[in-house]
Amino acid sequence: MRHKKRGNHLGRTSSHKKALMRNMAAQIFEHKQIKTTEAKAKELRGYVDRLITYAKKGSVHHRRLAFKFLQNKEIVTSLFEKIAPVYETRNGGYTRIIKLGRRKGDGASVTIMQLVDFEAGSETVKKEKKTAEAKKGKAVKETEKTPEKAETPKVKGEVKEAENTEKTSEKE
Amino acid sequence: MANPKRKISRSKRDKRRANWFDDMKSNQLVKCDHCGEQKMPHRACPSCGYYNGKSVFIPKNA
Repeated sequence: MRHKKRGNHLGRTSSHKKALMRNMAAQIFEHKQIKTTEAKAKELRGYVDRLITYAKKGSVHHRRLAFKFLQNKEIVTSLFEKIAPVYETRNGGYTRIIKLGRRKGDGASVTIMQLVDFEAGSETVKKEKKTAEAKKGKAVKETEKTPEKAETPKVKGEVKEAENTEKTSEKE
Repeated sequence: MANPKRKISRSKRDKRRANWFDDMKSNQLVKCDHCGEQKMPHRACPSCGYYNGKSVFIPKNA
C-alpha cells in the first residue's frame, strides 16, 4: 500500500534522486530558469522553496543547512545574498512552472521552471535591468563618500555578467 | 472462474459504443492571445513563445 507515501521518486534510487534534486536546485539558482520535465519540476518545487526559506532566515545555521544540500559555496552565497532579498515580502511560491507541451521521442511533458521575479522574458528583462540599474544607482548614491570612479566599472561588469547568465538560460 | 452474471443488453452495449469515438478525439485547441495561432490550452504557445501575456521562450524559427 502506498498510503501517505508522498513525493515522486522519478524511477530512481533514493541516492540518485537526491543527487538529481541537488543538481537541479543548484542549476535553477544559477540560471534562474531551467527547462525540464513536468514531473521533475513539480518534485523540485518543494526543495527550492525550502532552500529559499533557509536563505531568508539567513543565519549561519541555515547557511550550513543549505550548503549541506547544495554542496556548492558560490551558489549558496548567491542564494543568500542575491536571491533571498527579492523574496522578502513573498511567502512561498517562489517558482513558476510553465508547460511547453510534449517532447518528441518519449512524449514527456516539458516545462520551463523559473524563479518568480527573475524571469528571462524579453519585456521583463528590460524592466529588471532598469530596476537593477536603479537599485545599483541608489547603492552608489548611498555610498557616495567612497570614490565613485572605482565603483562604476564594477557595476557595469556585474550587469554584463547578468546578461550572460540570462542568455545561457534562454538557450536552455 | 469469475464470470459475468448477466448478458450485456443490446442497449447497454450500444450506449458504450456510441461514446467510444469521442474518447479518441484529439484535445481541443485554443487561440493564442498573442499571435492568434492554435495552441494547446494551459501551455506556452509554440509559435510565439508567449504564455499569459509574457514571453517565455524565443521560438527557433522566429
